[in-house]
Amino acid sequence: MGAYLRPRRLEDALTALAQPHVVLAGGTDFYPARVGRAIDEDVLDIGGIAVLRGISADASGWRLGATTTWSELLEADLPPLFDGLKQAAREVGGRQIQNAGTLAGNLCNASPAADGVPCLLALDAEIEVAGPAGRRLLPLRQFITGVRRTALAQAELVVAIHVPKPDREARSAFLKLGTRRYLVISIAMAAATIEIADGRVASARLAVGACSPVAERLPALEAALAGAPLDTRLADRVEPAHLAPLSPIDDVRGSAAYRSDAVVTVLRRLLQDLAA
Amino acid sequence: MKVAFTLNGRVAEWSGPPVTRLAAALRDDLDLTGTKVGCDAGDCGACTVLLDGRQTCSCLVAMGQVEGRRVETVESLGDGNGGLTSLQKSFLAHGAAQCGICTSGMLMAAVELLRRNARPCRAEVEDALGGVLCRCTGYSKIVDAVMSVSTSMPIAAPPAGAAVGARLQRVDGVPKVTGRDLFGADAVPADALWIRVVRSPHARARFELGDLAPLRRRLAAVLTAADVPFNGFGIYPDIKDQPVLADGQVRYRGEAVVALVGERAQVLAIRDEEVPIAWTPEAPVFGLDAATAPDAVLVQADKPENLLLNGVVRRGKAAEAFAACAAVAEGLFETAFVEHAYIEPEAGWARRVGDRIEVHVTTQTPYMNRDEVANVMRLRPEAVRIVPTACGGGFGGKLDLSVHPLVALAAWKLDRPVACVYTRPESMAASTKRHPARVAARFGCDAEGKLLACEVTATFDTGAYASWGPTVANRVPVHAMGPYAIPNVRSWGEAFFTNCPPAGAFRGFGVPQAAIAHEAMMDELADRLSIDRLEFRHKNALRAGDTTATGQTLAHSAGLAQCLDALRPHWQKAHDDVAAFNAKSGSRRRGVGIGCMWYGIGNTSMSNPSRMRVGLSPAGTLTLYSGAVDIGQGSNTIMTQIAADAVGLPAAQVALVAGDTDLTADAGKTSASRQTFVSGMAAERAGRDLRQQILRLANAGPDAELSLEGARLTVRDGDAVRSIDLASAGTLMGEGTFDPPTTPLDADGQGVPYATYAFAAQMATVEVDIGLGTVKVLRIVAAHDVGKAINPTLVEGQIQGGIAQGLGLALMEEYLPGRTENLHDYLIPTIGDVPEIECILIEDREPLGPSGAKGVGEPGLVPTAPAILGAVHHATGVRATRVPLLPHRLREAIVAAGQEKTTGKRT
Repeated sequence: MGAYLRPRRLEDALTALAQPHVVLAGGTDFYPARVGRAIDEDVLDIGGIAVLRGISADASGWRLGATTTWSELLEADLPPLFDGLKQAAREVGGRQIQNAGTLAGNLCNASPAADGVPCLLALDAEIEVAGPAGRRLLPLRQFITGVRRTALAQAELVVAIHVPKPDREARSAFLKLGTRRYLVISIAMAAATIEIADGRVASARLAVGACSPVAERLPALEAALAGAPLDTRLADRVEPAHLAPLSPIDDVRGSAAYRSDAVVTVLRRLLQDLAA
Repeated sequence: MKVAFTLNGRVAEWSGPPVTRLAAALRDDLDLTGTKVGCDAGDCGACTVLLDGRQTCSCLVAMGQVEGRRVETVESLGDGNGGLTSLQKSFLAHGAAQCGICTSGMLMAAVELLRRNARPCRAEVEDALGGVLCRCTGYSKIVDAVMSVSTSMPIAAPPAGAAVGARLQRVDGVPKVTGRDLFGADAVPADALWIRVVRSPHARARFELGDLAPLRRRLAAVLTAADVPFNGFGIYPDIKDQPVLADGQVRYRGEAVVALVGERAQVLAIRDEEVPIAWTPEAPVFGLDAATAPDAVLVQADKPENLLLNGVVRRGKAAEAFAACAAVAEGLFETAFVEHAYIEPEAGWARRVGDRIEVHVTTQTPYMNRDEVANVMRLRPEAVRIVPTACGGGFGGKLDLSVHPLVALAAWKLDRPVACVYTRPESMAASTKRHPARVAARFGCDAEGKLLACEVTATFDTGAYASWGPTVANRVPVHAMGPYAIPNVRSWGEAFFTNCPPAGAFRGFGVPQAAIAHEAMMDELADRLSIDRLEFRHKNALRAGDTTATGQTLAHSAGLAQCLDALRPHWQKAHDDVAAFNAKSGSRRRGVGIGCMWYGIGNTSMSNPSRMRVGLSPAGTLTLYSGAVDIGQGSNTIMTQIAADAVGLPAAQVALVAGDTDLTADAGKTSASRQTFVSGMAAERAGRDLRQQILRLANAGPDAELSLEGARLTVRDGDAVRSIDLASAGTLMGEGTFDPPTTPLDADGQGVPYATYAFAAQMATVEVDIGLGTVKVLRIVAAHDVGKAINPTLVEGQIQGGIAQGLGLALMEEYLPGRTENLHDYLIPTIGDVPEIECILIEDREPLGPSGAKGVGEPGLVPTAPAILGAVHHATGVRATRVPLLPHRLREAIVAAGQEKTTGKRT
């Protein structure tokens, strides 16, 4: 039988992490990995640490506490910039998973099909990490280093996700492709954030998930959209060549060729939604 | 660690390891087994409770996280005076609970919704309940129940003589909506030891066991093949080919090798790597091509050519008849392994009682289980008692032995209760599957569209062991030409062994796979002759008086043409609607499809009797002793309705004793859609027998009216009224048996394989996203000839549930050993995937059946995939030849068809 720690203070959690612990928050990845066997690891439950929870804003942007759940995000009063992340929140598992699963847990689990990652990439999110050496901020794409791998050191914890405030009016959207309506792991999904000035796309950030080991931004497409009028023709700018950063594979959910083909459609629909 | 929290409104304290799942604490320590565990992974939602008012999977919550919080379980529901909430009542009135294993989760999810929104719309219900899987109902009646909570009316109990045909609430419904029903894992004795099975990680391997003595010192027992008195089981008396525990050789991934017996925590703590097994993996035989290759290695050494069985139905001269056909269609269709995915994993426990062994287990077939356990243990069948627990879904998968022989052997050896509950991955890896099929079909008709000839070859992958493979290989040749009158037929079925999970019984026994082929052929021929697809089928439908391909003349009850007549207005309207939609839309196209089926009720050319008893005790208790197991489909209620009317007393006065092999007679297995028809007839005869005895006692005529009050039975015959004091009359016991009349099939498959057949036609409307290859089923209308609907609500529930599984077969379900052994990689339809379903019940009376009834358990599933695939073809021009039609398969076919078009090739 392992230890089980449930500290109230972040400092105590960080102290505990001097020794290896499995971190438990929403439990939605922890327990499924331990079906039918005794749980004997040392566990650090961070669910009781108040400072890790909740959403706040200041002049520079928003701070999403690490253990904020998908449901709490959905209920939060947030601008249209977060519409995409909220759409993703509605598509994560079913309501039970949304009530338990946490934003940072989705990142730390580092699944290629994590629904939150493309949205947060498109929001230019940074990950605030605390450890023995203090705090550091990493761009999300540097935080997730591979399939089920992150830049988190053993003694570190994610404390928050920071979303910078855009200079201009901004919107975002998310679209998920799966084989059934609820409780489905994405075959592919895409998220986009556009900033708008004078009826044009001032800047765009797009990311695609489940088509590479880690969700990827699409810089060539972003460049192709910059300056374009914000109308229904926006979607026509998507070209297969823009998908170069992706490396889809064949798996039980779909073939690589299908993913490459479908992602173009998903991206076009996403841009149609944003332009509408 | 001590945890203090609020449980169902009261202060509760629990102590134990804080990493314990909330679901486990509720069930194992707090005696609240209303919360069910289906996967322990957040995939099924059966364990949904409210945590601080929010619906949560209790399998994903650590007890350490519950301190100071508020937990509400299904046991908290009630009106405060011991009665039900309006939500629970609505579930009962609508028939929203079938097996009941998902019901607690559904109710708690609905409670969360209804607190926010007392009158939700359909989309809101779907969003709120989307995290709970149901495998029985097709969700329709659950959605109805939640949407109409505020208006739902209780179903009035029918008076004497009016139970058959009434929408009687399930007689076993209240325990299902209160969480009090006890399933296989719910009533394990506190002093029981537990088994954990070590299973093969290889599809094919030889192995040697190392020194087990160290493990045996730590545990109560470590069972191996050497501990099994007769180490072979199987459905057929002459094919006991599956070992209880593998003996030096494994033939599929997931096969049982060693059983660890000890305290629960102890056996869970032992990892597979700690059990000394030296594996020598060998190249496995995967798929039909490998199994039938000339140089194929044998899966079972004594089964040459890897052949399990083949069979044929031959009538007329099919090969010659094609020459006279104006149109001929042919195609090759392939299906995958399909998992039953009942939400209750296999579970049960056993105890030794003197020289007898008692097995409490979730099952579809107590008597077959009894004989099989006895055979494995080398005991007399009378020395084995099977006590069925509530069964959380079966669909054919709980006909085979699972935990039974293991818990029985261990309990016998140790003289202590021993339990075993499969985990979800274990259930999926170990249990039987639907047979993957390769069906080659060729059909021809004359210029008017009358079918003249058909040749079908259905080849099945039966996996490592026989299980119900012979049943599939026998049943399919009889059905593979479809429900049509065709004078020249050659229909061949064959099954081959592979190193895959044993393929066994799954709702339809191979007929759903064959129906995909014959219905595609109907579409193609109709299109070729420019005849409407529905009218083409109507022209060829088997009717009373027609002779089938086995030479059987259908005397009565062949209602396919009536089903098609009932669909016709829906069909025409759907075509108009689809055409209007397609005229506007670009990226999404709609289509309408139709599927027909017939299905022989009961065993194929084999005796399958049922025996039922109805007793009236000196105290005035009217009891139906039914060996028919209710696995959610409703036979407890159906048998009660039939028996009540046969006796002439109200159904509400019938007490039920069900399933237990010590207390009931053999009513056969719950499969082959046979319980309503076969056991129902036995129940009717038993009821009539009791009534005769009563009328004799009262010297009354056949039309006398009975009423029962306490121990006083009143018989009114016209003006004559007789009162019988049951206390002095002694126990009255009526008995009835029924075995449907069939004959063996000869070498050409000629004979009477079934006494009666169900018929059905379903239509589906779908929307295909052309760019993504996804299919949304928008609506299904299902017309079923059921002979007589004993309980229309339950009949609809069977049809809707079958349709949901047919939808899964068509669009998403594909079991891959080692890859989809959980409910997030193996997809079954959620509440958002099953559309509104309209059921039309056709009652073309079957004189052999109780009140004219036939069966409906399997027929609901059979025509669904053909209807959906036909609709996809109508929408896109793509004919699916491989299911499931996953988005990537459909999209690739759409692209390929488009390329053929642009390069001028025929599509």
